[in-house]
Amino acid sequence: MYPPLPNPTVTPSAPKLSDKNLVRRSASSVPAAEPMTQVAKLIDVSKCIGCKACQTACLEWNNLREEVGVNTGTYDNPHDLTTATWTLMRFTEWVNPQTQNLEWLIRKDGCMHCADPGCLKACPSPGAIVQYSNGIVDFVKENCIGCGYCVKGCPFNIPRISKTEGKAYKCTLCSDRVAVGQGPACAKACPTQAIVFGPKEDMKKHADERIKDLQSRGFKNAGLYDPPGVGGTHVMYVLHHADQPQLYANLPKDPTISPIVEIWKGMTKYAGLAVMGAVAAVGLLHHIVAGPNRVSPEDEEAAKRLAERGQ
Amino acid sequence: MSNSEIDPGDAVHPGNPVTVDRYTAAARVNHWITAISLVLLALSGLALFHPSLFFLTVFFGGGEWTRTIHPWLGVVLFVSFLGLFFRFWKLNLWKREDGTWLARVRDVVAGHEEKLPEVGKYNAGQKLVFWSMSLLILVLITSGIVIWDQYFGPYFTITQKRVAVLVHAVTAVIAISVWIVHVYAAIWVRGTIGAMTSGQVTGGWAWRHHRKWLRNLVAKH
Repeated sequence: MYPPLPNPTVTPSAPKLSDKNLVRRSASSVPAAEPMTQVAKLIDVSKCIGCKACQTACLEWNNLREEVGVNTGTYDNPHDLTTATWTLMRFTEWVNPQTQNLEWLIRKDGCMHCADPGCLKACPSPGAIVQYSNGIVDFVKENCIGCGYCVKGCPFNIPRISKTEGKAYKCTLCSDRVAVGQGPACAKACPTQAIVFGPKEDMKKHADERIKDLQSRGFKNAGLYDPPGVGGTHVMYVLHHADQPQLYANLPKDPTISPIVEIWKGMTKYAGLAVMGAVAAVGLLHHIVAGPNRVSPEDEEAAKRLAERGQ
Repeated sequence: MSNSEIDPGDAVHPGNPVTVDRYTAAARVNHWITAISLVLLALSGLALFHPSLFFLTVFFGGGEWTRTIHPWLGVVLFVSFLGLFFRFWKLNLWKREDGTWLARVRDVVAGHEEKLPEVGKYNAGQKLVFWSMSLLILVLITSGIVIWDQYFGPYFTITQKRVAVLVHAVTAVIAISVWIVHVYAAIWVRGTIGAMTSGQVTGGWAWRHHRKWLRNLVAKH
């Protein structure tokens, strides 16, 4: 068992997460960040009992209210992530073809806090998305313009845009709690330690133990989900079927930032300005070299003769 | 001489100099609505295209307003351009002399118009601007609707939106480039801008640049 984070002291302490810790800031640059220990949330899917305490804790800590929905025949409630539901239990019923066992695969969905965040890369508004040196990717509401570019950049389909506020929302990894030495609210609430939080290296070690345990129980393909295509993530899963992550409500097997987004936010951005600048420069140069194209008095005379002749 | 070579509002007024009516008041108003909306679209679009241009959002009341206004400006441009399209499409149909004109593009940029064939109301360059803008604006409004999340968000997949946003950006770059060519040509060829302000050009201008059009107008009288 990984030791749970201790309760906070009652004496107030200064937050340890500030602009000095920014490694990336959307549509702008930042000076070298003060380094911090890389943190991670480890979600052990095999330990999850689907109680949704994490969902409730998330709503409670972040003061969110979800609308009352309808039942469509699954346990997913609500049916998708929303601007109020930053984490969601997704339930999948799967018959294992090897054992003929019905397996209930429950995955806590939410922001993965990618080391190479597609949302941040796509964001056009300076400082609306930031990445801290401890790995947390956070949205800064006052800088968000609600354009939805982050939705296009995200390989996991996580951000949601509020219809009423026109702002993007997602899991913050409880950056406000982590800033004062606490763990995320969901990890705090989890009754089975399916969610644990700590330094990323510790989380990997803890995951190793869990994977060995699962493998000894017959889950040969048990493994860690820390996809390298996005530089690794600061939310990781222990999966009993790590060879088939898509079983878990379509968790992508090899997520990467879409090449379309890479082209849009890479080459196009620079080539576009260059092309427009070049066209304008050619025009200016042409005017300097060729001079204006003026109507001559002879042209006016010819027009006059034509108009008088009437043909 | 066929009447398809001139527009109903076009007319020659003998005098010193000869003046020629080129655009009606309605066509001019239509043009300037299109022009203003296109400039505002370019500024608000560029603001979200490259971080170094994000400061342009101040002209629209900040980032959120820029994001909100841009698609509506697009609707204004589309409807307004549609008006221009129906006004101008007929005289922009490709004619035999346009191929010759285009083949001698070196003489065009050198200003040797005596070496070019006589052309109607529009030369091949203007026709290319017209047809490319028509096509580009169609692509821009279509791709723009796909990424107009506020109203059309649920109707498209994220993959479709990714493609649309890239297409929208590339198309906009081309459209702005065509617009620069259009504006530069109007400045370079002196006496042109009056056509869209007062509606008139001089006879000499028409003789020099659109002789076939002038001949057709004189013949109509």
